[in-house]
Amino acid sequence: MALTYHPYNKNESVILDPLLRRVTARDLILWGGLLILFGLGVYAYLTQWFSGLGETGLGRPVYWGLYITNFVFFIGLAHSGTFISAILRLAGAGWRKPLTRAAEAITLFSLPFGVGSILIDMGRSDRVLNIIFFGRFQSPLLWDISAVSLYLFSSIVFFYLSLLPDIALCRDRLTNVPAWWQKMYRLLSLGWTGRPEQFERLEKVLDGMAIFMTLLVVTVHTVVSWVFGMTVQPGWHTALIGPFFLVGAIFSGTAAVVIVLALLRRVYHMENVLPVNLFNYLRKLLIVFTVAWLYMMLAEFLTTGYGNLADEMPVLWQKFTGDFALLFWTMGITVFILPIIIFIFLGKNNIGWMVVACISVNIGMWIERFLVIVPTETRPRFVSSLMDGFANYRPTWVEIAITIGLFSGLALLYLIFTRFFPIIPIWETTEDSETVLLTSENHA
Amino acid sequence: MARWSMVIDLDKCVACQGCSIACRAENNTPAVAPDQAQLGRAMRWNDVFPLPVNSSEETGVYPNVTTRYIPRPCMHCENPPCIRVCPVGATFKNSEGIVEQNYARCIGCRFCTVGCPYGVRYFNWHKAAWEAPMEQHLNPDRVEDPGLLEGPAVRPLGVVEKCTYCIHRLKKAQAQAEAENRPFRPDDYVPACVQTCTGKARFFGDMDDPDSTVSRMIKSTRAFRVLEEVGTSPKTIYLREG
Repeated sequence: MALTYHPYNKNESVILDPLLRRVTARDLILWGGLLILFGLGVYAYLTQWFSGLGETGLGRPVYWGLYITNFVFFIGLAHSGTFISAILRLAGAGWRKPLTRAAEAITLFSLPFGVGSILIDMGRSDRVLNIIFFGRFQSPLLWDISAVSLYLFSSIVFFYLSLLPDIALCRDRLTNVPAWWQKMYRLLSLGWTGRPEQFERLEKVLDGMAIFMTLLVVTVHTVVSWVFGMTVQPGWHTALIGPFFLVGAIFSGTAAVVIVLALLRRVYHMENVLPVNLFNYLRKLLIVFTVAWLYMMLAEFLTTGYGNLADEMPVLWQKFTGDFALLFWTMGITVFILPIIIFIFLGKNNIGWMVVACISVNIGMWIERFLVIVPTETRPRFVSSLMDGFANYRPTWVEIAITIGLFSGLALLYLIFTRFFPIIPIWETTEDSETVLLTSENHA
Repeated sequence: MARWSMVIDLDKCVACQGCSIACRAENNTPAVAPDQAQLGRAMRWNDVFPLPVNSSEETGVYPNVTTRYIPRPCMHCENPPCIRVCPVGATFKNSEGIVEQNYARCIGCRFCTVGCPYGVRYFNWHKAAWEAPMEQHLNPDRVEDPGLLEGPAVRPLGVVEKCTYCIHRLKKAQAQAEAENRPFRPDDYVPACVQTCTGKARFFGDMDDPDSTVSRMIKSTRAFRVLEEVGTSPKTIYLREG
């Protein structure tokens, strides 16, 4: 019989409540709905698998479309968690604590969908192992694969370590759950007993990993951008593309955290655990990111426009006044104008407005990814512009269904996670986790 | 060892597109349905199209217009952007400077297609198909080894293909020279488009041999390379009109 300790947290019952909730009809409808949408995506993918990428709206010269956009977007979304938990950990921002896990879970669950998007885009996904057998490090795609898989692996470790004390707590507290559920907690908690030296070691490892993760945040999204930046194509071949992608990633990631937090707070009645001032902290960060995004945008377009190079300008005009003008200006409104107004004038102490702005930011950032990728392809230097249907990319139902499927899958995975594990870190949000180890319990 | 180069004299080119047809028959590039062509899925290893391609260049207003055409095979760059980005080495430059494509290894990521500034690379969006009786008259030539499939061999779904300067003709000519127990001569081999060219506008040979026809033509003041400023250094070289 080992004695186990758990730090005292006055909100423990609120945080554990989602795990003990009965599965209601509403839950089933929601999960079922998401599952159907995901299934639709799977069906669309099977269609594409058997008859080829011809099922998409892609062609020549627009070889890359929705799938690559999704890839970049999901990897960007993934930056939320690492930013909140690693960078803010290093900065010693204590307010981050209640929202670390909710943010890290976004990271963990969006990464596989990012990787999946690449596989979906491949003409021969059955040959994916060629990347390992014949991989060439001269190709930015290999940099991508190395960076993203390292990121995924480290995120799993980082996430799991900080979850460990809470899994042990679930093991000890939730004694009425089904046996397999108990067994899962027992296995996953790795015999955690919560002795002070364990906590000390854990904090040390998390601090060390936070440094590593911070480096990864910068590396991963820069490398993702280099898939485009390393080519010689107009609009892509710019040194700014790396930092621009990084700012966009952290921006959309942080906005996604706001949306998720607001939902958790409302659905699971966590008003006391996730107080409104958390949103105020995030609001300040988001104002900085919105302005940083505009700065990047201006730096890029002014340099291109002023330079007025013959190859670059057709791409620029495609965005400003051409085929993509509607999308481009929608992006300007949804990523900058609307959010900055809301963040500055309406967002303070108002979660509703914050959510509106953050949804707008994420829609806009998805469009931004699309606009980085596609307009460049529509204005190549040397493809006959007399070609029929030149550069006329319209995504088909297969691409749209797969995209919806991916987002539904992400939501479903997240929802289910919140019903099995505490989404707010219990041990990290105690009043003073270092000294107060009041409750102890026996467990067999 | 030879370094293969093609010279196209635009003064002699009549834009008949004979090269495109010869290429299609020689390399088994399937013709696609009109609706697919409209999506930009036509396969034209050797394309012929009007210049300029850049819409910012002036062509005049009817009737005061200028019309120029350019035939475009693969440029077989000395510094190919497509090869640099291939994650699996499915496209590579061989020791004779030809940019090859291995259909057996390509994973269909299309990084090379977006990386090529000349748009010479084509993707197999659908299974290749021919109308009867064309499917009975495909070129049986293929370049094959374990893990390697090249040349006119019918391409599998989902891989990238491109002009290879008729690599199978080179291999055949080399094999024949060996069988006849004599040294291989660079004039043993020309690609199908060069052989067929109506206006005799195309020339092919070893640019490392200072006495070859192509070497002498490259020295002409009319010689230019497409998108020279991109630094790809093509081995398909043009002679300007006039």
